[in-house]
Amino acid sequence: MISYILRRTAAAAILLLVVSAVTFAIFFLLPRLAGQTADQLAQQYIGKSPTKADIIAVKHNLGLDQPVYVQYWHFIKGIVSGATYDLGPTTVHCDAPCFGYSFKTHQAVWPQLTSRLPITLSLAAGAAVLWLVSGVAIGVISALKPRSFFDRTFMGVALAGVSLPMFFTGNLALLLFTYKWPIFGRTYVPFMENPAQWANTLFPAWCSLALLYSAIYARLTRSGMLETMNEDFIRTARAKGLRERKVVVRHGLRAALTPIITVFGMDLGLLLGGAVITESVFSLHGVGEYAVDGITDNDLPQILGVTLLAAFFVVIANLLVDMLYAAADPRVRLS
Amino acid sequence: MSENNKKDGAGAVIPQQAAAPAHRAKSSESSEVLLRVQGLQKHFPIRKGVLQRQVGAVKAVDGIDFEVRKGETLGVVGESGCGKSTMGRVITRLQDPTGGTIEFEGRDITRLSASKMRPMRRDIQMIFQDPYGSLNPRHTIGSIVSAPFRLQNVEPEGGVKKEVQRLLELVGLSPEHYNRYPHEFSGGQRQRIGIARALALKPKLVVADEPVSALDVSIQAQVVNLMDDLQSELGLTYVIIAHDLSVVRHVSDRIAVMYLGKIVELADRTSLYEAPMHPYTKALMSAVPVPDPKRRGAKSERILLRGDVPSPIAPPSGCRFHTRCWKATQVCKTTEPPLIELRPGQRVACHHPENAPDQAPQDVVLLSAAREAVELVSGVESAEVSGTAPAELAAEDEAAATEEAATEAPAKAEAATEEAPVEEAAATEETGTASDSAGAEADRQESTDK
Amino acid sequence: MTELSKTGAAVGEPVSSPSDAPKAFLEVRDLKVHFPTDDGLVKSVDGLTFSVEKGKTLCVVGESGSGKSVTSLAIMGLHRLGARGKNVQMSGEIWLGGKELVNADPDEVRKLRGREMAMIFQDPLSAMHPYYTIGNQIVEAYRTHHKVSKKVARTRAIEMLDRVGIPEPGKRVDSYPHEFSGGMRQRAMIAMALVNNPELLIADEPTTALDVTVQAQILDLIRDLQKEFGSAVVLITHDLGVVAEIADDVLVMYGGRCVERGSADRVFERPQHPYTWGLLGSMPRIDRETSERLIPVKGQPPSLINVPSGCAFHPRCPYADLPKGNVTRTVRPELQLVDSGHYTACHLSQEDRTRIWTEEIAPKL
Repeated sequence: MISYILRRTAAAAILLLVVSAVTFAIFFLLPRLAGQTADQLAQQYIGKSPTKADIIAVKHNLGLDQPVYVQYWHFIKGIVSGATYDLGPTTVHCDAPCFGYSFKTHQAVWPQLTSRLPITLSLAAGAAVLWLVSGVAIGVISALKPRSFFDRTFMGVALAGVSLPMFFTGNLALLLFTYKWPIFGRTYVPFMENPAQWANTLFPAWCSLALLYSAIYARLTRSGMLETMNEDFIRTARAKGLRERKVVVRHGLRAALTPIITVFGMDLGLLLGGAVITESVFSLHGVGEYAVDGITDNDLPQILGVTLLAAFFVVIANLLVDMLYAAADPRVRLS
Repeated sequence: MSENNKKDGAGAVIPQQAAAPAHRAKSSESSEVLLRVQGLQKHFPIRKGVLQRQVGAVKAVDGIDFEVRKGETLGVVGESGCGKSTMGRVITRLQDPTGGTIEFEGRDITRLSASKMRPMRRDIQMIFQDPYGSLNPRHTIGSIVSAPFRLQNVEPEGGVKKEVQRLLELVGLSPEHYNRYPHEFSGGQRQRIGIARALALKPKLVVADEPVSALDVSIQAQVVNLMDDLQSELGLTYVIIAHDLSVVRHVSDRIAVMYLGKIVELADRTSLYEAPMHPYTKALMSAVPVPDPKRRGAKSERILLRGDVPSPIAPPSGCRFHTRCWKATQVCKTTEPPLIELRPGQRVACHHPENAPDQAPQDVVLLSAAREAVELVSGVESAEVSGTAPAELAAEDEAAATEEAATEAPAKAEAATEEAPVEEAAATEETGTASDSAGAEADRQESTDK
Repeated sequence: MTELSKTGAAVGEPVSSPSDAPKAFLEVRDLKVHFPTDDGLVKSVDGLTFSVEKGKTLCVVGESGSGKSVTSLAIMGLHRLGARGKNVQMSGEIWLGGKELVNADPDEVRKLRGREMAMIFQDPLSAMHPYYTIGNQIVEAYRTHHKVSKKVARTRAIEMLDRVGIPEPGKRVDSYPHEFSGGMRQRAMIAMALVNNPELLIADEPTTALDVTVQAQILDLIRDLQKEFGSAVVLITHDLGVVAEIADDVLVMYGGRCVERGSADRVFERPQHPYTWGLLGSMPRIDRETSERLIPVKGQPPSLINVPSGCAFHPRCPYADLPKGNVTRTVRPELQLVDSGHYTACHLSQEDRTRIWTEEIAPKL
């Protein structure tokens, strides 16, 4: 078990390195492949009407004239020991872990990420609880009475939930519950400050996000339950004389839920990397919004930072899922 | 048949066959050898730790020798996990062997690459157990049966469709089934489809892995008869792998009995069933229920093996059957008995065979497994001339217990002394249910190894 | 006295009058279990009558789709549960120890399940929950019907594991099913079924998934335990060898109906139905050299949606044209008494059956 975790952690670290290298390569190489010179790149960092000398200085100071692997090495070194950027007139220091410095916003990436993460976390966690509970509940009830009125209705709603895009349901929720009938707050309040207000503001976002996911989870649970309830061990449980409720919960649900752990872990990991559309719809200043800003501004360090963070969450979620799976299913031996 | 002979005479076959004179001598007495397997091994590695080093291996097949003669049916029997199915997949080169050689028509095919193996696949075909899983549900019967032609780029005389329809008729299906899908057929019919596919390229050797065990009794007989007819009609050679000893007795000319990756006995049908030599063969056959209630009372005919087959990851030392054998002595634990011909046409790997002179007569101290089982089978023993008299055994019992405790490895010594008093008691009273130490030990190994 | 003996002769005739008090411990009368499906009505069991006494073993023999498994599920009341059971149509009577189960409250039947009647299944690996330990599953079976603490139930579980011959039960009680070998799992399954001392044990192909040597162990175990607990056993199998090994009585099923029923000795000695002959002829035997061909039953088992008219076996029966007229195709044969306790449902006259068996079939077996 310990050997397994060690191996997986090492693999995760390597994976992150690869992800960062690939992202780095894409954003550094692509402009060049598209014909942009180091000069033009350097120009982006300075602002309006730079002189030729400025450009050369920046290019040199930022290492833009160096080969891409050297630049990557500097980036990795910055994570460990911090970095100093010399922009000619000003010098910026970026403390370790330095995931880059945005010359567009003149802010280091890492502090931005850490300050935005709680918002994304709040959004993801709340929505996850909602969709897991509702999705699984609907799935189980549908599976127990397949082709019933309830089953057909909810599977219909689920289909709608999957097909409706976030910017539609999100904006609708905003329109109805925040503007027309202002039940919910408009500006995000940290949990530590006022939990009630925190939940109040986030609720419409949670619901919109959960509608999308719970639809998927209801379908997953339903098919999982239908399959499990046909298993031989369910027949055995009934042959023992157990009450049907116990058969369903203790024997059926237990087995049907385990595969859902996998999907759930992955979804949560992805969401933590930034719920891009949800955050922009609900004007939440989370990681997703930061990513969007980075992309619209063509701000490489920002994009790189968010990509790595997202990759980190997915990899960690994956590892946790595997370990949870092993804990849930004794047949899985981690080795 | 005449076609085969021509081919054999032509190639560079003779020198290779001459290279194995020991086997040559025996096979010359009947028809020629189609497939010869020597020292065949198939190990599946077990990896562990951070660096995934190989820490052991499942020794599914662990050094077996046999040959299959042209036109005969070789039956292979054994309990689940004895390696018989792996053996089948290795001799057809669906899996690569770990060691040993496989010769087909005198040609070494052990290490042939996939591309060089392809033409050989025409001659060696396989029929699988599960008629549901082995047919692609999205393909029509026509496309399934004609697949071998496509893969081998063979254009049969009169066209593929005509040939496929002929094959379907050959196996007792209607040519009109050409455009149907597998799900429209019952289990028995699907197995016929599988057979038609295997026969498409007129193979010389057909390896059938449990061809009838998934079928209903009445359908089993249909398929067995069909395979029988096809053999005489097409001059096929079969290797039939099965766990059902009754079916194997019916279909085979010679039979190999496997236990834990080894062949323990290889003999012609009559010798094996009338006078089995290996205790395992004997026990296996006595366990098969006979559809005759009058024989129910004859419990003395039954040898009830205790426990389960040990794990093939760490098979017992010496003779692999010694942990469950009622005749096991010290030599069985230390020395692996070779597979030798004790009677013409009957090869056995046992130190103390039944129906034959004892190979290690000086060794009389029974092992614990044997002492546990002795009470159970004493009825059989006393009825036989070759067996050791029960009285003798009883006298030896006490000495054996102490001696064994001394000779056992230190780790096991504790267990052995613990068992000893119980066993002495067991010699006089009914032991009741199986307290199979051997099986339990194997189980423990299994669970720790996982 | 003479009158009494006359009435005594009636014992063993097919029980037909529905409201009679049952004589045997388990009595099934004219049981029908039909499942409506999109393709039509599946008549899994279509008029089945039999009885089993305590301490006796009845073997139900048949091929897949003969209705033998549905019969066992129906006795347990399990056919109603699960996806297929919602619209099941069931009639007839099942009497267990004086209680009628077909028309009983489902919750009453549930309370009997596991306590008075228990069941073991073909594949013990899939029949046990993979996520719970063997001990937990036995404890659950015990605590469903006994109000005891977990600790007491666990002691009971260990005791049962010991009883069915599992070495070191105190340790193995905490193992998971996948850590057991096939034989051990089936032993554990038996321990689980017998933990409440049921009076009826139904075993559905209990040894089919096992090796012969393990099969012999398990059959021995079932026989020993039956002797000890005195329960009635209904064992479902397709293997006539197993039947000969363990059965007191045999019931041969074909197409959801009983074609032959009687004591094992008689059925093997003088089988009456052509299907039984077919089964015997299809089986290769280990105790004889059979150089000749097997005698298979031609054709395929019937679909339970379109059971052939008349005698369900007539399309496969080599003797279907022997009786006069079209009777085998139009009239469903009723069970008739052949000999004491031995019944068959066949249109052939008794003389014909005796002649065919002794002259044509028996010499070839």
